[in-house]
Amino acid sequence: MSAPAIQVDHIVKRFGDFTAVKGISFDVADGEIFGLLGPNGAGKSTLIRMMTTLIPITEGRALIAGHDVVAEPDAARRRMGVIPQALTSDINLTVEENLSIYAKLYGVPRAERRRAIEELLEAVDLLKWRNAETGTLSGGMRRRLEIARGLVHSPRIFFLDEPTTGLDPVSRVAVWEMLGALKAQRGLTILLTTHYMDEADRLCDRIAIVDHGELVALDTPANLKRSVPGNNVIEAQFEAPPEDLAARLQALPSVTSVQSEGAGMFRVLTTDGSGTTTALVETAVRSGLALASLSVQNTTLDDVFVHYTGRQLRDEQVKPPAFIPPPRPGGQP
Amino acid sequence: MNRMLAIIERELRKFFRSPALMLAAMVFPLVQLVILGNAFGGKITGARMGVVDYDGGPQALRVWEAFDSIAANVKTFKAVRYASDKQAAEDVRSGRLDAAVIIPPQFSRRVLEGQDPKLGLVVDNSDQFMSSSLESKMQEVVAALNQPKVMPRVVQSLSLDIVELYPFIDYMKYLLPGSITLAMFVSVMIGGGLLYIDDKARGVHEGFLVTPITKLELVFGLVASGAIKAVMAGFVITVLGSLMSGLGVIFHPVILLQLLLMIGATSFAFNAMMFLMMVRIEDPLVPRAMFGILNTLLFFPSGAIYPIHAFPVWLRALATVDPFTYAVHGFKSALLKQAGFHAILPDLLFLGALGLATLALATRLFKRTL
Repeated sequence: MSAPAIQVDHIVKRFGDFTAVKGISFDVADGEIFGLLGPNGAGKSTLIRMMTTLIPITEGRALIAGHDVVAEPDAARRRMGVIPQALTSDINLTVEENLSIYAKLYGVPRAERRRAIEELLEAVDLLKWRNAETGTLSGGMRRRLEIARGLVHSPRIFFLDEPTTGLDPVSRVAVWEMLGALKAQRGLTILLTTHYMDEADRLCDRIAIVDHGELVALDTPANLKRSVPGNNVIEAQFEAPPEDLAARLQALPSVTSVQSEGAGMFRVLTTDGSGTTTALVETAVRSGLALASLSVQNTTLDDVFVHYTGRQLRDEQVKPPAFIPPPRPGGQP
Repeated sequence: MNRMLAIIERELRKFFRSPALMLAAMVFPLVQLVILGNAFGGKITGARMGVVDYDGGPQALRVWEAFDSIAANVKTFKAVRYASDKQAAEDVRSGRLDAAVIIPPQFSRRVLEGQDPKLGLVVDNSDQFMSSSLESKMQEVVAALNQPKVMPRVVQSLSLDIVELYPFIDYMKYLLPGSITLAMFVSVMIGGGLLYIDDKARGVHEGFLVTPITKLELVFGLVASGAIKAVMAGFVITVLGSLMSGLGVIFHPVILLQLLLMIGATSFAFNAMMFLMMVRIEDPLVPRAMFGILNTLLFFPSGAIYPIHAFPVWLRALATVDPFTYAVHGFKSALLKQAGFHAILPDLLFLGALGLATLALATRLFKRTL
């Protein structure tokens, strides 16, 4: 059995008195797509920054293709491609110039440079835009350029921080397909963070959920969904619900949990979707409650996320995080 | 080394794709050169001098003749007859006149009798430059009127022969070394300061930091690219400024070499100094807030627009450590005085040493991580 592509061993990050990452350990196998999920401020960006040598590790260690990121940072850097969340390609340079500059920064020999750029432009479907100034590209095209930029030195391991944030649905699907194809062609190991559960579900072989700097779950998407009590989710919206409605819904047959989401919306997890739905409608009719909407679906990663972190991700995205780690941690130990 | 060159390539490609900022860096000092060069250093002409003649005698007539001569020749002022000294003083106060001369009653008799005759001059000393110019011109008039009609055979008074080493240097030429220095500094502020911090804030540096580039390659690449941009700005403004102010010395190969050395040393010193100031700054607003203060702190004490010897002691101390002082002095030596290499050597040494010291400190402070 080959060594893991990424090994994270009891890794800790402290900013002064605040511990952002509290001793997380996991391995990512060669050729795996590994998703890192967590609410804002959970510590996943700090984790990815430690693995990519961007910030010092307080305790523990991270190995990239067997190279310790502290002891052999350059060897680790040569083996990984990193795409930050922000679009950071130079808008004044052309697509090809952006790739060329990064190929030089990674020390790609001149003889290989042209071929590598050519292949990547084709792979990300930017061949005909090679001479276009990056500032003239759409968001999706720029993201594809960033992906090509991260692969210009043919790394084994690819880190992507929220690769589809800000993209329209069509561009998101294009990026997913591209990542799948690149993984297959190049045998890449991919570690990505995302806020989109459907993205994680579709792309990732395994998912780690991080909250409050700790690893709260790690498994395949299917196993994670199985780990949540209840096979189905009923979303029901009532007009003028009484205060005790949540308790009444909890008492329905096969219900494992009930969550009120405000505005009369309740999310009911159940092991028997059809039975609970029938009982819920009967309860509403009996009590004279008007149902504004009703839907039944299988358990999703959203439910997994809520189950493990105890909050809805979309709420977290609009609320300020409880702690914002300093972007440039001058005060780290 | 190749990675350092990649950083330089990136910066220069960006520069040539978006030269608007750099153009602005050159246009501002050129505009300053033209406006200040023409606004200052000129002679007063067309002032209005009220004349209240209470005498009306032959000696007063000599005064009028002298004023007519001035109005017809150097045109410093034009005499306007006033009937009342009070009205003339009031008009000086209100700005309708620039000064007023009072010829008192019995002036001609006192002149002829040698009884300490006096002319009155009312000036608006809230404008020192205008009042001192008119006082000076009136002193000349009085000295001319005092000249005896028949000169003694042996002149007793001492005179001073002034030897001017250089042809007349107007204010625009005087200002040119400061304008070149300022253009380079503005280029450094934009290219080495603002863009550097903006790149940092946009996450561009994060992209660099995940590559195997070393700290030295990154720092030297950023400083070298900034210095190259400042050299280009300095060269362009030296040529344009020299042509605009009528200095042809730039076509002399030795002077040109001296100027290139000064431009190179100044660019290096300014960029390394700027990099040191920016090395730990993250907020893009900070350099924008700093630059106005920096301009004042560095440009004005340098002797670029006013002689250092006129400064109080504390300001002279500031001038001594101000790199602008050495840049301005070096450019002045080469452009205006053609004083040879030995004249610019101390400036080159100071700027080189400052560049090396600040670069070493900046490299030490530069963090290879976020």
